[in-house]
Amino acid sequence: MAQVKLNNVVKNYGNVKVVHGADLLIDDSEFIVLVGPSGCGKSTILRMIAGLETISGGEIVIGDQVVNRVSPKDRNVAMVFQNYALYPHMTVRENMAFGLKMAKEPRDIIEKKVNQAAATLELGPYLDRKPAALSGGQRQRVAMGRAIVRQPDVFLFDEPLSNLDAQLRTQMRMELKKLHLQFKTTTIYVTHDQIEAMTLADRIVILKDGYIQQVGSPIEVFERPANVFVAQFIGNPPMNIIKGKCTRVNGAMTLVAGDLSLQLPEDKYQDIAEGKSVLIGIRPDGIKVRDVEHRIREEWRKEATVNVAEILGGQSLLELNISNNRFIAEVEGRMKLHPGDKVTVGFELDRVVLFDPETTEAIA
Amino acid sequence: MKSKVNIKTVSYYATLGILVIFFLMPAYMAVVTALKQPGDITLPTSWDLPATLNWASFSEAFAMLRPNLVNSFILTICATAGSTILGSLNGYVFSKWKFKGSEIIFTLFLFGMFIPYQVILIPLFQTLRAMNLYGGLPGLILAHIVYGLPITSLIFRNFYAQIPDSLIESARLDGAGFFSVYLKLVFPLSIPGFVVTSLWQFTQIWNEFLWAITLTRHSENPITVGLANLAGGQAVSWNLPMAGSIMAALPVLCIYIFLGRYFIRGLLAGSVKE
Repeated sequence: MAQVKLNNVVKNYGNVKVVHGADLLIDDSEFIVLVGPSGCGKSTILRMIAGLETISGGEIVIGDQVVNRVSPKDRNVAMVFQNYALYPHMTVRENMAFGLKMAKEPRDIIEKKVNQAAATLELGPYLDRKPAALSGGQRQRVAMGRAIVRQPDVFLFDEPLSNLDAQLRTQMRMELKKLHLQFKTTTIYVTHDQIEAMTLADRIVILKDGYIQQVGSPIEVFERPANVFVAQFIGNPPMNIIKGKCTRVNGAMTLVAGDLSLQLPEDKYQDIAEGKSVLIGIRPDGIKVRDVEHRIREEWRKEATVNVAEILGGQSLLELNISNNRFIAEVEGRMKLHPGDKVTVGFELDRVVLFDPETTEAIA
Repeated sequence: MKSKVNIKTVSYYATLGILVIFFLMPAYMAVVTALKQPGDITLPTSWDLPATLNWASFSEAFAMLRPNLVNSFILTICATAGSTILGSLNGYVFSKWKFKGSEIIFTLFLFGMFIPYQVILIPLFQTLRAMNLYGGLPGLILAHIVYGLPITSLIFRNFYAQIPDSLIESARLDGAGFFSVYLKLVFPLSIPGFVVTSLWQFTQIWNEFLWAITLTRHSENPITVGLANLAGGQAVSWNLPMAGSIMAALPVLCIYIFLGRYFIRGLLAGSVKE
């Protein structure tokens, strides 16, 4: 187990810069998820940590060793690839033993470690099969087994679940989480799936165009996104962002957007310049439709017209028109509403986030 | 379902039948002539079947061509093995260990495929003489190994392109270096590639005549040259060269009969998504 440190890490391909000075400190036994749209540099960072890509600038430290010039096999990291990368001509047992054999471990120790890992992953009955004779989920498990037996300092996962169907993905995600709780190995996990990021991570790193946008716990990045990109990338449906202005109404700092005006909570954004234009960010689950009278202060209750209502089993998505602003609300339960219906909604305004419209950064 | 015989089908098979007859004519002539008594072979009766079967042509031709056959086997096996193994290593580097300029070097390699045998004959002769390799089998083996490298490297490079890079990367993270990745992973996965390449090289080298006659002295002549000598005298007993050519064709023929399916499969590998 080890700490991993990225100091101003840069990656160029010729003149194209794909990672711009990334700084990151990953604690021992932490589960870090790198997330972002394709081309954001997340896989490149992972591959640089693995040693599969050279580092154009800065340094990567694993434990207390700078590994910039250390070959992949000497970094003591194990990686699980998106396509599993199992050796097709070897049995499951040989696949899992390969790394240990390369490390010239004694045969009885290899046998013991492989059997242990196989038991953990419930692969016992399949040890003598070739990968072609396994299902997708089993192959995924073998890939993990191959990583576990080596007891590496760091686990690297490159979108390991994206080749599985939705049901299996949920199941494997939970198993991954359990494995991490059991082994406590420092883990760096790359995905473009924000649900995986939210559920697995101790901390999430959100990347865009080779820049780190925010590093924080799942709740932090969800509730206090650093900028509009993070606000809309994390969370599904994304955060509602509408243009507005801050003004004082009867002495109270108030957000105004078209015909909508909402008084800000007394402990938030009070020192903002009057008249300043802002982007107002409200999570879809921050707009309540049920029990509004009991749950939401009167000033934050508004009349809304339903444009579209979608029932997603346990919850419903509503597209609402509130004083000529369009909002998406995510509400518990099945709401049998029709276009044109009027409802009273309540804003959880203590959760509002304001962004600067020019920089798109969150306002402190 | 009732099968329908119509004019289209008939003409289709008739055309095919005629082409087959044309194609098999030389083979028929070789077999018929080989089995005739030397005295029965005349131009007006050349298409006739033999009156009595003269199997002795084969034993006689074999006795005469035996040293050439031995030479051919030594030459072909060594040169095929050499060019295939080196081609495999080249293909491995060109597909999985690309370095700056490797694409350019590979393209230059490919030029070698388009250089005709005849063009490099004289420089090859001079080079081998300067290396003291002229006249013997080792020189000819070396020439065939080098000349075979472009095509073998190409076949292997394309074959290895199908092995996902992540497999190699995974092995590297598992602690394997350049050679252990090759030996433990790439080589075991490339048996079909070896079959295709060896077949190709075996056929090319076995059938090659021009270099064989130019670069080897009489005692080291391979079968193609031996055969030509058999047919090149003044009063030729045609049954002998015919029997000889059937024997010369047999190894290649057998290889194709037994391994041909790998060849087709290998050439098609990667052309369709599995």
